[in-house]
Amino acid sequence: MLALDRLCSAYGRIVALHDVSLAVKTGEIVALVGSNGAGKTTLLRTVSGVQPAASGRILFEGAPIERLEAHVRVARGIAQSPEGRQVFGPLSVADNLALGAYRRRSPHGDTLARVFDLFPVLKEKRHIPAMSLSGGQQQMLAIGRALMAAPKLLLLDEPSLGLAPLLVDQILAAVVRLKAEGMTVLLVEQNASAALAIADRGYVLETGRVVLEGAGAALLADPKVREAYLGL
Amino acid sequence: MAEFLQLVFSGLTVGAVYALVALGFTLIYNASDVINFAQGDFVMIGGMGTVFLAAAGIALPLAALMAIVAAVIVGLLLHRLAIEPARGASPVALIMITIGASIFIKGVAQLVFDKQFHSLPAFSGDAPIALGGATLLPQSLWVMGVALALFVALYLFLEKTLLGKALRATAANRLAARLVGVNVTIILALAFGVSAAIGAIAGVVVTPITLTRYDVGTLFALKGFAAAMVGGMGHPLGAVVGGLLIGLLEAFGAGYISSTYKDAVAFVVILLVLFFLPRGLFGGRTVERV
Repeated sequence: MLALDRLCSAYGRIVALHDVSLAVKTGEIVALVGSNGAGKTTLLRTVSGVQPAASGRILFEGAPIERLEAHVRVARGIAQSPEGRQVFGPLSVADNLALGAYRRRSPHGDTLARVFDLFPVLKEKRHIPAMSLSGGQQQMLAIGRALMAAPKLLLLDEPSLGLAPLLVDQILAAVVRLKAEGMTVLLVEQNASAALAIADRGYVLETGRVVLEGAGAALLADPKVREAYLGL
Repeated sequence: MAEFLQLVFSGLTVGAVYALVALGFTLIYNASDVINFAQGDFVMIGGMGTVFLAAAGIALPLAALMAIVAAVIVGLLLHRLAIEPARGASPVALIMITIGASIFIKGVAQLVFDKQFHSLPAFSGDAPIALGGATLLPQSLWVMGVALALFVALYLFLEKTLLGKALRATAANRLAARLVGVNVTIILALAFGVSAAIGAIAGVVVTPITLTRYDVGTLFALKGFAAAMVGGMGHPLGAVVGGLLIGLLEAFGAGYISSTYKDAVAFVVILLVLFFLPRGLFGGRTVERV
């Protein structure tokens, strides 16, 4: 579904992604792990089109999209729940979700029902401003907002960041459930053990390069990964 | 008492216009972080455009509509030609760009129009309405009524329509707005267009009372800016309250102290607000410390 071919991206003269190639197949959860500053967020932003690609290709469903504007990519079926949640604070939960479906022309009542089914607390709090939600609820809202676009590919950036262990489990269980319903997910996480445990495949990113790739379980068992990212 | 009421009427009338200009500032500031000092020139284009089109024999309502459309086009061009190419520039640079644009618009207005003061006939005659010992011009009712209608329309647009919500979302978090598929460039153009329309409509209704000339935009911009600051830059309700407050203070200053210092009132208020309430009446009480 998604293929990156020698993708490079830079902030000014600082190269953040260096010849990154990876693939996400339909129906997979692919985890992208690595330490802080490895380029994980840059990679997702480049796929979404809010950070320009310096060179290389991004193929989505076989077509190059690296020159398309961000809003066109959303319409094509790529939605992202960004790092740090980035909810629209002063707007109500319901308005945040409605904006998630901004690019859809058709009615989206079913999608809303599914999001409320996945995260019932959002339905309960739908009339209050998003900034009054707790961190975990804001994370659910950020994921729900991305789901409202009815994406083919869901990009999740650090969904577990700053959450209590119980909430992390709840969020990751929701990701597993989305996969069971047919969603394709590219998951970026610093919490490598949790991410690799639910992923079909994983990539390890280090200073902007892919240094390891393999099945999720295989990476979890890899001594290098265990030492560098799991602290074992 | 009658004198007081008289000053309240005139204060609310000009205050309504300042509030509209302040709303224009607020809309553009929220969407783009730009403080658009060409905001007052939209008021001028609305007034002068209507005067000259009406003088050319076009019926007043149509002339007003054409002038408003012209102001919207100027607003969109301002965004497209001056603001958009400087995307990512510092706020100070963007402010200087809008001041430059304002000077340019005044220069062109001198050529297209002239350097004389102009007026329009009042929409519903000049017979004053007696009210509590004071008198109220029918045109004042027009100004206040149109301002109220615009406030309500803008409120409904921002709160109830998906496009309005996208504008507020862009103001709240531009990155997230782009990620849900909002075309931010179009939203910014929309903010400039709507602000220009609001300013021009204010210009049309106020011209029968205050007269207009190619350079009236400067004072409207400064007072509208003061109103927006008093309310707390970025708060639509604050802009309205700030505008009415500046209008009333100006009227009281002119009536009870001296009309010589009428224009100074707004600036004294700005200084007081910056000293004591730097985030304005609606901007919360916390100040960013550096």
